[in-house]
Amino acid sequence: MMIILKEMFYYFVFPGLLFGTGIGLLAGWVDRKVTARLQWRVGPPWYQNFVDILKLFGKETIVPRGRAATFLLAPYLGFLSLGLAAAIIGRALINPAVSFAGDLIVILYLLTMPAIALIIGASSSRNPLASVGAGREMKLILGYELPFIMALATIAIKSGSIKLGSILTYQLNFGSFFYSWSGAIAMVVAIFCAQAKMGFAPFEISEAEQEIMGGVLIEYSGIPLAVFKLTKALLLYTMPLLLVVLFLGKDLHPLFIIGKFVIFLVIFILIKNTNPRLRIDQAMSFFWGPVSLLALAAVILALMGK
Amino acid sequence: MDLRLKALTKSIWVFHISAGSCNNCDIEILDCLTPRFDLERFGIQLVGSVRHADALLITGAMNRKSVPRMKKIYEQAPKPCVVIAVGQCALSRHMFRDSYNVCEPLDKILPVDLYIPGCPPKPEAMIDGIIKLVNKIKEVKK
Ligand code: SF4
Repeated sequence: MMIILKEMFYYFVFPGLLFGTGIGLLAGWVDRKVTARLQWRVGPPWYQNFVDILKLFGKETIVPRGRAATFLLAPYLGFLSLGLAAAIIGRALINPAVSFAGDLIVILYLLTMPAIALIIGASSSRNPLASVGAGREMKLILGYELPFIMALATIAIKSGSIKLGSILTYQLNFGSFFYSWSGAIAMVVAIFCAQAKMGFAPFEISEAEQEIMGGVLIEYSGIPLAVFKLTKALLLYTMPLLLVVLFLGKDLHPLFIIGKFVIFLVIFILIKNTNPRLRIDQAMSFFWGPVSLLALAAVILALMGK
Repeated sequence: MDLRLKALTKSIWVFHISAGSCNNCDIEILDCLTPRFDLERFGIQLVGSVRHADALLITGAMNRKSVPRMKKIYEQAPKPCVVIAVGQCALSRHMFRDSYNVCEPLDKILPVDLYIPGCPPKPEAMIDGIIKLVNKIKEVKK
């Protein structure tokens, strides 16, 4: 009984859903504030994202004609599975010994769920703009998944394991993967893929506020919209944390983890603010061309032991 | 005061409807988002989909073509949602009041919560108006 309660605590509170979304919303505020400062504006106060979510919980939920069940359940699918990924990564960071064999693969699958949830939700709303957005999201997944898997494969080859715990202990003993050639290249690849996974510019093609009016989210209002926003916040917590585990996993002092998390966050925000949105075909050829080649180079270098 | 309304007053997402305006009011609305005025510091954002909106900003003289569409958009907005009339045209039809194509002022069509006069109103006037509206909402619900 106690064990179940403990696991529930890990999943729902720390380091899973509650903690993750809290940090994610704060990270979202950092993003908005930095963006504002770069545009010479003042920017919103720190609690802005929390207020936004709170407000959305108080709004009416409108269900369009279509598949109401999938429309309403899709957001939770993405949110809950992403929470599981956050909990697994967080626990491995707290205590590398507790992770189970193959959790890298599990995380790989769980991280695709938010995008799939978006596609399901958008398609069941029967809005033409939403279906355009869903189609773009689908193509984007096809684009970034291949190099992302190759970047993870590089790590798996280097550490000889697909277990987060042993990846971390390997780095504790032999230094972060970032300081090897293949690791550094794989990190660059993973940063691009994470940028696309989080739906940040230049890869916010499926949302594209100015072009298809929020695309996949266009029909969502009230609580389901809030859950999608929370999923985004959780992604903003999970992706940098995963990159920390995979590439900079040497010092696991909490302060160092926070520092590395912030470094990745700043990289994402800078890429976001300095690049205009790509077209979907440009994004696809970017991921299948240069990024995949880089990832392939990383895998080959890792096989050669570099 | 109830928490939801408090959150609503701190995070107003605005959907902009141009119902036959001369485009000048719309430009002034966009001015509110520029670095000089920066409405995002009050949590006000322009959104692309009416499903996300908390406030409808309506500009223009409402010609016959746009009235039914405007009603439809209002019905599609999730409640609670306020309607803000921006510019003399939306208030009173302005110089178009005798036009064959313009039938009624906005407040005969939709329940308007806030009037911002001017041709076009200055961004300062709009910010001032929104603050007054927020105060009104707070007082009503006290
Ligand atoms: S109020 Fe003036 S500026 Fe605004 S739409 Fe009418 S004519 Fe144009």
